[in-house]
Amino acid sequence: MTNAGKKRLVALVAVLVAGGALSFIALGGLEQNLVYYWNAQELLDRGEKAYGATVRLGGVVKNGSVKWDASTLKLDFAVGIAPEAVGPSVVVHATGAPPQMFREGMGVVVEGRYDGQVFTADRVLVKHSNEYRPPAPGEKASEIYSTLVE
Amino acid sequence: MKRALNIGLPIVALVLVVWGAYQGLAVAPAERMMGEVYRIMYVHVPTAMMSLLAPTVVCIASLAYLMKSTRAADALAEAGAEVSVLFSTLCLVTGSIFGRPTWGVWWTWDPRLTSVAILWIAFIGYLALRRFVDDPDKRATWSAVTAIIISVDVPIVYFSVKWWNSLHQMQSNPSTVDPRMAGPLRINITAWFLVFLALLWTRYRIGRAEQDREQSTPTGEPKAVLRMSS
Repeated sequence: MTNAGKKRLVALVAVLVAGGALSFIALGGLEQNLVYYWNAQELLDRGEKAYGATVRLGGVVKNGSVKWDASTLKLDFAVGIAPEAVGPSVVVHATGAPPQMFREGMGVVVEGRYDGQVFTADRVLVKHSNEYRPPAPGEKASEIYSTLVE
Repeated sequence: MKRALNIGLPIVALVLVVWGAYQGLAVAPAERMMGEVYRIMYVHVPTAMMSLLAPTVVCIASLAYLMKSTRAADALAEAGAEVSVLFSTLCLVTGSIFGRPTWGVWWTWDPRLTSVAILWIAFIGYLALRRFVDDPDKRATWSAVTAIIISVDVPIVYFSVKWWNSLHQMQSNPSTVDPRMAGPLRINITAWFLVFLALLWTRYRIGRAEQDREQSTPTGEPKAVLRMSS
């Protein structure tokens, strides 16, 4: 085989390997095993199997669920799939000031352990949507982007 | 024509970067959730786009090299790989600075962040491979195959936010970005695209010059001596 022919064969093999790897990743159902976080329903569905292990729980902070105690730095809230009172939700206990964008209705990912009653979070991460909007008339960006700790 | 590219393109790119920075920092309004912090988006989004465009160029150039055996394609692949490392570094660094005040962490092993980190390290490995192979023909062939395999990560990075749960948000689009922010963002994307082209073109020219020197090198002469004299 000529040198040029060999290179074309190499190209074909490389493309096949690359295409195969990509379709395996795209269609191979990796989302079952490669999970950054579970939502509240997925965590509850796992039952006792999820107790005690360090996991991530993702969702939305339930409306009216946030309790912040500035003297003890205890932060309690509930994470569900929607901010309204319907659907599954998990009670989360965290310590320390959360990221500045933390508030009710906001997307969050918490890292910690669930014991069947309470999710004890070591870390609270705030999820931002892909929306970029200026403040509405009369609203000030600095007022919304504020921390619980003054 | 070449002169216009060599000098004119970097100048136009730099002017647009400065104008884009002004638009992003001073003209665009604050964001209602993130306040002023979000303005790093005007650098993060364009550099993220270029960190996917660069490996796409490397992949196409590598395929072209294998099909046609033209050394120009190999030079373009090498240029694209270096530009790719630069832009994915910028993307990771600006993303980290963006993440700390918004998410609350500098880094997390989210699918989007992890797949970009893989792209970054893979092209550093690719550039290391190139320096280990002395024979130009073998070097071009092996690195072309490596580049095609690495390119698998490009669609993974793009779709990571759709395929898997991630902390990183999905791609924004004109309907999710206010027009007063989309305008400055477009200027910045154009500006960084021109920076990308200017760097790619400059590095490509250097690569071609290196190839000419490599070819004119008498065989058997120790390479180290030549490196010192150049």
